[in-house]
Amino acid sequence: MQSAWDAQGHSAEVLKHLMLGIIGVCTLIWLLVVLMLFAALVKRRGQAPLQGEHAERKTRLVVYLSVAVTTIIVAGLTLASFFATRDLVVGRDMDLTVRIKGQQWWWQVTYEGSSFGPRFQTANELHIPVGRNVRLELESIDVIHSFWVPSLAGKQDMIPGRMNVLTLRAERPGVYRGQCAEFCGLQHSHMALMVVAQDDDQYRRWAQAQALDAAVPDDTEVQAGRAVFMRKPCAACHTVRGTEAQGSSGPDLTHVGGRRTIAAGLLETTRGSLAAWTADPQTLKPGTNMPIVPLTSEELQQVSAYMETLK
Amino acid sequence: MVGPVQRSVRLISAYAACAAAIGLAAGIGWMREPRQYRTDPAVSHDLENFRLMKNGIGGAPPDVYFALGKPYETTAYDLSQGKRLYSWFGCAACHGTGEGGKGPSFIDGWWLYGPSMVSIVASIRDGRPHGMPAFRDRMTTDEIGQLAGYIKALGAYAATNSAPSRNDDKHSRPAENRAPAAALFEQGPVPMHPDQGPSP
Ligand code: HEC
Ligand code: HEC
Ligand SMILES: [Cu+2]
Repeated sequence: MQSAWDAQGHSAEVLKHLMLGIIGVCTLIWLLVVLMLFAALVKRRGQAPLQGEHAERKTRLVVYLSVAVTTIIVAGLTLASFFATRDLVVGRDMDLTVRIKGQQWWWQVTYEGSSFGPRFQTANELHIPVGRNVRLELESIDVIHSFWVPSLAGKQDMIPGRMNVLTLRAERPGVYRGQCAEFCGLQHSHMALMVVAQDDDQYRRWAQAQALDAAVPDDTEVQAGRAVFMRKPCAACHTVRGTEAQGSSGPDLTHVGGRRTIAAGLLETTRGSLAAWTADPQTLKPGTNMPIVPLTSEELQQVSAYMETLK
Repeated sequence: MVGPVQRSVRLISAYAACAAAIGLAAGIGWMREPRQYRTDPAVSHDLENFRLMKNGIGGAPPDVYFALGKPYETTAYDLSQGKRLYSWFGCAACHGTGEGGKGPSFIDGWWLYGPSMVSIVASIRDGRPHGMPAFRDRMTTDEIGQLAGYIKALGAYAATNSAPSRNDDKHSRPAENRAPAAALFEQGPVPMHPDQGPSP
């Protein structure tokens, strides 16, 4: 599971230090206040309270001091937060630009052409090279969503009609889970995203494979599955590059078999889960915008065999 | 001074008012329109049987459609899904936001093939001869129903309580539940496409 304490990226580390600092200072102050309160409670009321000129001066001193200390602490925390925020935009030069469009309830991911390879589209899984600055251009096509991968960076809202920018920079390889962080309707809780940070070579290989068209099937069952996919409504909503399926209202399925999960982190990708999803998406993710497409059990088997080969 | 009897009368009526308010809220919550996301495959199979008259205009929806309470025309959820499908399947390319274009308008109050649900379902499912493509292979029965319900709402003469979600962008016509057709009704069909409509 994701956690902002498990910082693995530049921005997340900066934020973690900020959080630790603020929590530390506040805890200290709280302890002092409680301690003084306690001391005041147990102090014996022996002699009469101080009075006159001397007491006035003492009280004034205490008030001055506490106002000064409060001002210094609040200003300090504000400054710390200011510098941390400024540090979030890591570097001006970006190695890679990725456009992410949030929608109910999945993520469309489009990589711009870069020194790593040409432009291509995928969904629900983001691969990034370790130690590189990745510029994310965040948009939404329906309601407000929020992009949040706690181990790598802070949240950034995705707002219809405007583009917000966030820089990701993973310092260590790994798979980091992200999650939509703005309530966006029925399946908000099933709108997750995997970020895979890998070294330059691995990333380059992945990006170049993603840019290729879908594999052409040679197995007869898989061929039959492809025919079913093209004949049924599937092709009107999904794109499989290199075929006549050019729909854009659902995720690009050109390499769906190679992704870790389907339906935005709902199920691990296996032939069984692909079949289960295709047969009845409305039971697995009620309200999702993929309808139940009536298929015979044979057609279902063929289509899921086809999906599985789209690596 | 308020006597003890008066005080307890006041107290009791305050409690009663609170209880009534909570009861009312609970009642409204309970009466809330249930959403049906998943149409049972068997029901959806029956829903396919929209029977059309020979001339392609009007006919009868299957009994199960009435048994379910004409969902596509009456529930806000289905209307909203219809609105989404209207943009997903590119209807706007030919019909605009309802005012028409290459295809006929849905909000001028005139229907080439009649205003009934069956006609609209048939227009979408089977296409029409003068340039309306068939969507039979691209959409499921359920989706065609939702879309048809939405088109029917666009062309409605009477305002309704169920409405699809609002537009985010500029409005080019009254909202769907405000009976656009009544507001924009033209005394005669706008003679944009004299060649379209049923052929004799
Ligand atoms: C009306 C449009 C539509 C149709 C028709 C449709 N889908 Fe989908 N499909 C979607 C949407 C939208 C999603 C994303 C759902 C989500 O995650 O909430 C999706 C998700 C998927 C996924 C998971 C992809 C991923 O990476 O998460 C697979 C696999 C899939 N569809 C296969 C199919 C197959 C096979 C058919 C035909 C039997 C089909 N779809 C028909 C819209 C559609
Ligand atoms: C390529 C352009 C085109 C597209 C795309 C298109 N239509 Fe049409 N539509 C037409 C034309 C042209 C007609 C008139 C056909 C005729 O008169 O035979 C028409 C007629 C209709 C009618 C019958 C109207 C009446 O007055 O009876 C309906 C309903 C309809 N379309 C709905 C839709 C829906 C819903 C979509 C989207 C899924 C859609 N159309 C997409 C061109 C289009
Ligand atoms: Cu969301």
